[in-house]
Formats: sequence, C-alpha cells, structure tokens
Amino acid sequence: MLAFILRRLVQSVLVMLAVGLIAFALFRYVGDPINNLVGQETSLADREALREQLGLNDPFPVQYARFLAGAIRGDFGYSYIYRRPVAELIAERMPATLELSFAAALLALLVGVPMGVYTALRRRGILAQAFMMLSLIGVSIPTFLIGILLILFFGVLLRWLPTFGRGEVVELGWWSTGLLTVSGLKALIMPAVTLALFQMTLIMRLVRSEMLEVLRTDYIRFARARGLRSRTIHFGHALKNTLVPVMTITGLQLGSIIAFAIITESVFQWPGMGLLFVQAINEVDIPVMAAYLMLIAFIFVLINLIVDILYYLVDPRLRIEKAVAHGHG
Amino acid sequence: MAMAEFPERRGSPLGLLHRLAESDLLHSFLSSPVTVVAAVVTAVFVGAAVFAPWVAPHDPFDLASVNLLDALLPPAWMEGGEWRFPLGTDDQGRDVLSTIIYGSRISLGVGFASVLFALLIGVPLGLVAGYAGGRVDAIIMRIADVQLSFPAILIALLVDGVARGLLPRELHDEMAIYVLVFAIGISGWVQYARTVRGSTLVERDREYVQAARLIGVSPARIMARHILPNVLGPVLVIATIHLALAIITEATLSFLGVGVPPTQPSLGTLIRIGNDYLFSGEWWITVFPGAALAILVLAVNLLGDWLRDALNPKLR
Repeated sequence: MLAFILRRLVQSVLVMLAVGLIAFALFRYVGDPINNLVGQETSLADREALREQLGLNDPFPVQYARFLAGAIRGDFGYSYIYRRPVAELIAERMPATLELSFAAALLALLVGVPMGVYTALRRRGILAQAFMMLSLIGVSIPTFLIGILLILFFGVLLRWLPTFGRGEVVELGWWSTGLLTVSGLKALIMPAVTLALFQMTLIMRLVRSEMLEVLRTDYIRFARARGLRSRTIHFGHALKNTLVPVMTITGLQLGSIIAFAIITESVFQWPGMGLLFVQAINEVDIPVMAAYLMLIAFIFVLINLIVDILYYLVDPRLRIEKAVAHGHG
Repeated sequence: MAMAEFPERRGSPLGLLHRLAESDLLHSFLSSPVTVVAAVVTAVFVGAAVFAPWVAPHDPFDLASVNLLDALLPPAWMEGGEWRFPLGTDDQGRDVLSTIIYGSRISLGVGFASVLFALLIGVPLGLVAGYAGGRVDAIIMRIADVQLSFPAILIALLVDGVARGLLPRELHDEMAIYVLVFAIGISGWVQYARTVRGSTLVERDREYVQAARLIGVSPARIMARHILPNVLGPVLVIATIHLALAIITEATLSFLGVGVPPTQPSLGTLIRIGNDYLFSGEWWITVFPGAALAILVLAVNLLGDWLRDALNPKLR
C-alpha cells in the first residue's frame, strides 16, 4: 500500500518535472525574455547587464533549477503584456474559473446520472432513444457553438440572461464570488450549462453502460428471484455499484472541465484563467502561458493521484486487476 | 479477435479491400438508413469542398466581385434579402453560402491533413512499441500516458501558442494552416499508438509472424507488410472519429482566434466573424456556418459509430 502510494507520488513528481522542463524551455527559448522586458532604446551594454543580473547567462541546469524553485513558490515572473506578476494575475482570475467549473460539474452530475439511469432502465423507450440521439448531437456540436446559440436565444432574442461577464461580484477576502448576487447567479447560468453539456452526455453514457452491465450480473438476478421490489434493486443495488466508476470519471473530468473552461470563458468573456490563457497565446505572453501550463498540469496530476489512491482504498478487487493488466503489458 | 482465425483475413491490402466488399459490411451499410444519409451528407460536403470554385455561386475572395453595398443582406426569404445571396451576406458583402463552401474546404482539408499526420506518427510508434517491447515500449507508452491525461484541445492550444512564439509575427497568418495541422495532429497520435500497440502485441506471436521471422524477414518489413494490414481495422474507426474531432478542434482554435486567419476563413473563423454581429441581429452570418459545421461533424460521427459496430464489435 505504502509502496504503491510512494510509486505514484514519484511518478507524479516526474511528470511535473517534465512539464516544468517544457514550461521552462518555453519561457527561456521562445522569444527573448530581455527584449520583452526592456524598451527599444536600451543599450546593448544595459541589456547585457540585465541578462547577467537575471542569471540568463548561467548554465542550463542552474536556470532550470531556479525556474522550478520560483514555480514552487508561485513566482513566474512578470507578464509581458500586463507588466504585473503572473501569480497575481492568475490568483485574481482563479475564483471565476473555479466557480464556473464546479457549477458545471455539479450540473453535469445532477442531470447526467438520472438520465443515464433512465436510459438504462427503459432501454427501448422512445424517450431513452431520444436521449441517446440527443447525446450524439450534443457531442457533435462544438462547445463554443452551443454557447453562441444560447447567447442568441436567451441573450439576444429573449433578453432573459446576460451574455457576458460575471455580473456583480462580492469580495470575500482574496476570493471574489459571483454566487451571492442575483446578477452574478444569472450570469453563471449560460456559461455553466455550456460547459456542462459535454460532460453531461459523457456521464449519461457512462452511467447507462455501467448500469446495463450491472443489471446483467448474477446478484441482480438473485435479488429479483428473492422478490425484491424493482425500485430497491435498481437504486439500492444496481445504482450503488455503478457509482464508483462514475465518481472516478467525474473526478478525472474535473480537470478537463477546468481546461475546457478556456473555450466557454472566451465565448462569454468570463474573466477567468482560461480567457487569460487565450489572450496570452494571442499576444505570445510567454510567462503567462508557462505558468498556466504548470498550474493545469499540477491540477491534473493532483486529481489523478487522488483518484488512483481512492480507487486503491475503495475497491480491493482493482488492486488485483490492475496488477494483472500491468503484468500483461 | 476471433475473426483473425480465418486465413483469408491475412492478405495483401488489395485482398483486404476485396474482402471488405464481399463481407457483410456493405449489407450492414445499406440496411442502416441513418448511416446512408450520413454518408451522403459527408459526400456532399467533401464534393462541395473539392469543387468549391465550380459549386459556389460566388468567389468570396475575388475582391472585384465583392461589393460592400451588398454587406449584411439577410437570407433570400427574409425581407430585404436577394436571391443572388441565398443565405445572405456578411459584413464585407461576401455571399454566406459561398464562404461556407470555401470554409468547408479549409475545415475538411485541415481535418484530413491532421488525421493523416496523427496516423503517420501514431501507427509506426504503436507498431514499434508493440513489436519491440521492453524499454522502447515503456518509453513510448509512458509519453502516451502522460499526454493522454491532458485534453487534446489543451495540447493543441499549447503547441499552437509555442509555434506562434517561435515564428516571426509576419509569418503567423501564412503558416497558420501548417501550424494547425501540426498542433491537431500531435494532440491526437496517442489513440492510434495505443490501439496499434495492443493489436500488434496479439499479432506478434501468431504463426505467420513467427514464420516470417524464421525465414529472415527484417523486423521493419514484418511490421509494415505483415502486421500492419492486420491491425488497420480499428485504426480506420479511430481515424473516422478523429476526423470529426479534428474538425471540431480546428473550428474551436479558429474561433478562439489562434487558428486560420480571416483572409482564408474556415467554418470556425466564419463563426468568429459572425459572432461580432450577433448582437446587432445579423444572426445568419454565425448560424449558417455553425449549422454547416454541426451537420458535417454529426455525419462523420455517425459514420464512425457505424463503422465501429460493423468492423469490430469488441472495440467498444
């Protein structure tokens, strides 16, 4: 057990070091950091002095180590565009992204799970077929297009909901929340729905297939033979057993929701990290790109690690299966 | 894998095609009306894209024929619309239908090229990993695992961003399409590598491969001529679904403003341009390219779904 956690931990650190290397290479070799810091009129001697002062003439490993040390303390230098510390920019925008992502994840679960259960239980029903068809259409319409269509209908034509921004926010210390004002909540609806739709179809399909799988097993058949009510069997026995994989996938998807928020934030001009990242790419603002890359990688690695450990704790069968699968490969 | 027991499965690519035509694939295709419709829709898009200069009613990029006085005309059936422009015009007076046809050309072109690029990286790596095993396999698959834990769109965005940083600014627009193909292709190779590796692991120990090894055929030749044809079925399925995904990714990147430039708009760029006019009521500039994109992707997805079920029910 301890060995397993330790091994996963080492793996995670290795991944982070690799991502750090990419981020550092990006930072150091794509474009010249000096050119981006000083004006046109700075003399060559001054540039050289600054280069020396910033340690850009040091050997590669030294610079990489310094970059990593900075990254651990959350220091990613200054944004080329905003001329402010990158960490400050990201901290400012993180609450917006996290609120949007969690709202979307919650929505996807609350709608996706019941839809999945329903389509599994009434597999041949018309409504269930319609859900399945809808989910295929949902996968085929790109996220940004769904956002635009929502804006067109509910924002422009019906004028029910705001089409951009977060509405009014309340500052709770360093955290700014839009969840406490009416305009903030109204502004959250369309972005959250847009972001949730894809995950919703994913969760629905997953719950459906897991549920169908479980319903075929012996213990369900025995439960039926014992004369238990369908409701008890479906929700007490079957659903409970489908929820472990669903929780895992949802956990893993949380990372990609935060990543996909990039698109949703751009459509709705939601002032989050994703919008910052897209602007950074457009403007070739390397420090922001490098920092965002490290942050997202960290979130992914952390979620993966937690999920793996939970898996290991919750379901002893997986330990054996996993060992077998690895041995085979 | 039960299919692999039949000797006729192992044949030249030509024999494979012949067998596909003889098998119940054609029957399964014709007996699924949804699939036939999807195939027709895809064919129409591809046809229109290839023959765009002859199919499109106008040339939206011929500045001589574009008239600013025609800007922002609604679709023909609405008040103020003209039948010269069936789906209306955009802010520069370009015919929306024509820009969609030319846009599909870019979208499909980038889509196919990206899939091809991902195939060219993923399939050989998968073959080598599966056939060689050992350390090579471990390294390739470790990289694949790490990449797989990040969403493809994020990787594509990042590669795109790095490429922009490396290229001088004045080359951005010119190189945009190649950068896109590279970014989308790189973000998609893992699926191919994993699938091909899995099938290769199975094929590697079969008698025909052992026989080839015994008579001294080189590993490269064994992989290319003997194993490759036998692992292509699942690859075809992944390629189809990947095409849909590649088209979506291209559109998304173009919408975010880091894809193809407005001078050579893809469907995604058109939607981005139209997005600015959404609030002033000119919805057709966005909605029609959007609908075209959704229909195209849905059709390709449906084809992919059918192909998956028809070729290998066990792949699910």
